[in-house]
Amino acid sequence: MNDMQNETQLEQLIARATEVIEASQDLKSLDAVRVEFLGKKGELTQLLKTLGQLPVEQKKEAGQRINEGKRSLQQQIEQKRQALETEALDQRLRSEAIDVTLPGRGRHTGGFHPVTRTIMRINSLFSDLGFSISEGPEVENDYYNFEALNIPAHHPARAMHDTFYFDAGRLLRTHTSSVQIRYMEKNPPPIRIIAPGRVYRCDSDMTHTPMFHQVEGLLVDKDIAFSDLMGHLEMFLQRFFDQDDVEIRFRPSYFPFTEPSAEVDIRIGGGKWLEVLGSGMVHPEVFRSVGIDHQEYSGYAFGMGVERLAMLRYGVDDLRMFFDNDLRFLSQFN
Amino acid sequence: MKFSESWVREWVDLGVSSEELSEQLTMLGLEVDDYASAGGDFSGVVVGKIESIEQHPDADRLRVCQVNDGTGSNHNVVCGAPNARAGICVPFARVGASLPGGFKIKSSKLRGVKSDGMLCSAAELQLAEDADGLYELPADAPLGQTLSDYLSLDDHLIEIDLTPNRGDCLSIRGVARELSARNNAPMQPPAFDQVAQQLDDTFPVDIDADSCCASYAGRIIRGIDATATTPLWMTEKLRRCGLRSISPSVDVTNFVMMELGQPMHAFDMDKLEQGIHVRLATAGEKLTLLDEREVTLDDDTTVIADKSRAVAIAGIMGGNATGVTSDTNNVLLEAALFTPLGIAGKPRRYNAYTDSAQRFERGVDSNLQLHAIERATALLTDIVGGQAGPVFEVRNKTLDRQFSEFKLRRSRLTNFLGTTVADQRVTEILQRLGIDTREVEDGWMATAPSWRYDIAIEEDLIEEIARVHGFDQMPRTNPRFTPEIGAASEADMPRFRIQQLLVDRGYQEAVCYSFVDAEKQIHFDPDAQALALANPISSDMGVMRNTLWVGLCETLQSNLNRQQSDIRLFECGLKFVMQDDDLIQKPVLAGLVSGLRSPDHWSASPDAADFYDVKADVETVLEAANGRTFHFEPGAHPALHPGMCAQIMSADTAVGWLGAMHPKLQKTLDLSQLPIMFEIELEQLDSTKIPAFMDISKFPSVRRDLSVTLNQEVSYATIEACVKSHAPASLRSVRIVDVYTGSGITDGSKSVALGLILQDFSRTLDDIEIDSAVSLILNGLQSDLGATLRT
Repeated sequence: MNDMQNETQLEQLIARATEVIEASQDLKSLDAVRVEFLGKKGELTQLLKTLGQLPVEQKKEAGQRINEGKRSLQQQIEQKRQALETEALDQRLRSEAIDVTLPGRGRHTGGFHPVTRTIMRINSLFSDLGFSISEGPEVENDYYNFEALNIPAHHPARAMHDTFYFDAGRLLRTHTSSVQIRYMEKNPPPIRIIAPGRVYRCDSDMTHTPMFHQVEGLLVDKDIAFSDLMGHLEMFLQRFFDQDDVEIRFRPSYFPFTEPSAEVDIRIGGGKWLEVLGSGMVHPEVFRSVGIDHQEYSGYAFGMGVERLAMLRYGVDDLRMFFDNDLRFLSQFN
Repeated sequence: MKFSESWVREWVDLGVSSEELSEQLTMLGLEVDDYASAGGDFSGVVVGKIESIEQHPDADRLRVCQVNDGTGSNHNVVCGAPNARAGICVPFARVGASLPGGFKIKSSKLRGVKSDGMLCSAAELQLAEDADGLYELPADAPLGQTLSDYLSLDDHLIEIDLTPNRGDCLSIRGVARELSARNNAPMQPPAFDQVAQQLDDTFPVDIDADSCCASYAGRIIRGIDATATTPLWMTEKLRRCGLRSISPSVDVTNFVMMELGQPMHAFDMDKLEQGIHVRLATAGEKLTLLDEREVTLDDDTTVIADKSRAVAIAGIMGGNATGVTSDTNNVLLEAALFTPLGIAGKPRRYNAYTDSAQRFERGVDSNLQLHAIERATALLTDIVGGQAGPVFEVRNKTLDRQFSEFKLRRSRLTNFLGTTVADQRVTEILQRLGIDTREVEDGWMATAPSWRYDIAIEEDLIEEIARVHGFDQMPRTNPRFTPEIGAASEADMPRFRIQQLLVDRGYQEAVCYSFVDAEKQIHFDPDAQALALANPISSDMGVMRNTLWVGLCETLQSNLNRQQSDIRLFECGLKFVMQDDDLIQKPVLAGLVSGLRSPDHWSASPDAADFYDVKADVETVLEAANGRTFHFEPGAHPALHPGMCAQIMSADTAVGWLGAMHPKLQKTLDLSQLPIMFEIELEQLDSTKIPAFMDISKFPSVRRDLSVTLNQEVSYATIEACVKSHAPASLRSVRIVDVYTGSGITDGSKSVALGLILQDFSRTLDDIEIDSAVSLILNGLQSDLGATLRT
């Protein structure tokens, strides 16, 4: 063999190898090509072995030529391998594609009842002011619901409460104000509580349900003034309705357990005045019944109708919806 | 109370518009409920007179009137009113007139007879709610004058909603007084001349001490003209206060009540026997009232009686037998004072919510009776003539009110309101309200007026000043209060967290009524007592719930009826449990699941949610409230399926239930789907564990699975307890990975596969140690529970 032959042989080999590399359809056949040409017994390896038969002066040049050819083949194979891998990945990705717009598996969240949602919001706003939550029984006795709140038997204010009775002593609380008494009996001032809960009145029509919810508030400390009551409730209502331009009006009213007493009306966007809560300064008789010195301490109390606030906030136009528990209604608050 | 604006303005000269007046009343605490024009929206209606009348030729009920409207020529008007007759003056809507509702009067023919205009009733002109004929005007009404001018209809009717403490505002005088204080304008009560005594006749009056009568004033008027009629100015005033004219005597008593606030009564003197006796009724005593109802009286009810019988329920309603009629010649006027306590509750009991009762129940001016008699005498004799006897009054001293002077401190006023009201304004307000006030160095000394029952202490005066001065005139401030960090512990479990957890797991919160149908509730637990309401709103809300399941099942039912089938509900609230006659009000969390395990989905199989689906929800709740340790035991509850019923235990205490509804109950309730239900005492869920760090092993853990067959009756809880009792310390946890019955397993047996996780803190476990641990456990299962290794 001479140099010329060797060179021709190399060129033919590389040409052939390039052809089969190009023709490889997958990584396996590509690897077979690599073995066929570059393996221990591969053709190029064999060709390298023929170098010994060449004259010394041609050996160096031929060796360089063969090694160059080897590098070239290695490069071609690597390129082809990458191309095949990319293609294989692309293929896999194509085959694994899904419709991402199909809905996810599993259950979605439910929701709070709008009354709870509203109470939670009220709780949260007042807890910012340092109020804590207190609760009381719903089956109450005459003392906590009336007597201790300066509503003795035969008081005309009792006619305003259509009370559900069980027997002579027991009744369903007509307001959450009873919690005020229970709390003040056990806890000395300063006091800052709100008391959310169910209340009951023997009345049922378009605008009344025999059960509804109130949140009572009570603040007792030194030097609490009527102007503070107005300031706090104004701040609360503006935050509750998420707007600073809610107009708020305090209108004189009468509750036996507060004095002065005020109904609070709101007006949004210049509409009609709507009554949202009752409030006032804790009456000295109430302080007397729980043993708090009304010269040393003063305080305010308020009670708000939760359904009323929820109706205004969420635009519900029928009070009775709250107790129908129609899922199509409830799920609107999720 | 409904009243006429112009009448109030007669009593106090106000420089404010009608709108301002209405706004002032509301902001004084006399909430204006309704504010309307005094007359209907009509025009072209004038005073007309029926000169002559004849029968309509073709209609029995119609007549043809010749109406004089002052223009000189009569109009032919067909009219169907029963009281149409010649000589009366009535409102006449001329052709071209417009009546309320936009009704236009045109010339027309009625059954062939020409009719040029219409004669009107009070109702057709919206001057009254109803009417039974033409509105008869006084005979001297000027023909042709517009009715609006003639009746002075440029006025407003104001209806105020009074709080129960303000009985004193149930009169023109009371309302005027409020406006007088608000505007610092003087009161100007109408002047009248007292009628001189012309007779010596008096009438004996006895008041029993135990009656509710504090004072009884009266006067006899003899020889009244029974044919006289009440003048228009008075009937119009009464009409605008919602009162119909009846007869001069009754109208005058009503007028004085509206004007001054003193309810009065007029008796036909000749129907009374001997004298007035104010006493308690005898039980079962009967009385026929003015509205012709016979009532049976209770012995706590005060009556006005004569020698032989009760003639009126004191302060509420007169009797029919002794009332004034068109034949009455001699009257006895009564102006009495009855205590609020004596009247309270009676109007409801006797179903007689009269104007009089309303006033006495809230308190009538205790110094008004003699003045009212004088005013009524003057008004009445002006209309019907007659001769008056002396005014007489008997008082029941035991019921006299005491008025003492008390102090308002200037500093208290300022501190309590959080603002300063000028001294002069304070004095002015109190005096205009009729509160006897004098200034002293550090404030004011005040005495309540006889018409107020709600002024006795310093705060009462502060309230008066605040509301008259105006809440809107006061600042809105932020209190300076003692700062304090709340007492909540890290271990406290907020109820909100439990609710949130269920919400996140797809539950919808319901709020059901606390009272339920007793008949329905009994099916949930026939042995449970329920607390019954004495006055339920309806029988299906008759007893307090002793389980929240009743309401949730109703909610399930109503939603199933509305084509909602995927239902997960929970509620938090009190249940009312009777234990040996003691009532326990227990807060509970209850839930109910009915429908699919997963919502309808393109890749999920539509399996119904079962016990274990709901158990996972309950377990999640219990894990969140991990301040206590809970476990489940098989249990029995009448509402639950006996084979799918677990009692939830906190240590040794039963604290709740979880189970599938008993199919019998499902049938009773007629539910199309079987719900899984739970109920847990909320007090048990009030704490969480405060984390305490434990070391983590650095050595690898190994898992070995163990498959055994054993008797089907052996519960997993028993198996788990057995494994734990026999396992060496290296057992970290045990899991149940499979439960199998059926082919290949003997009947009555089951195959259970356990996953055992083993790990040591000091070294990596070798095979020998692991094998030994597993065989310890296996031996335990074999010896304690008769298990056999499944190979």
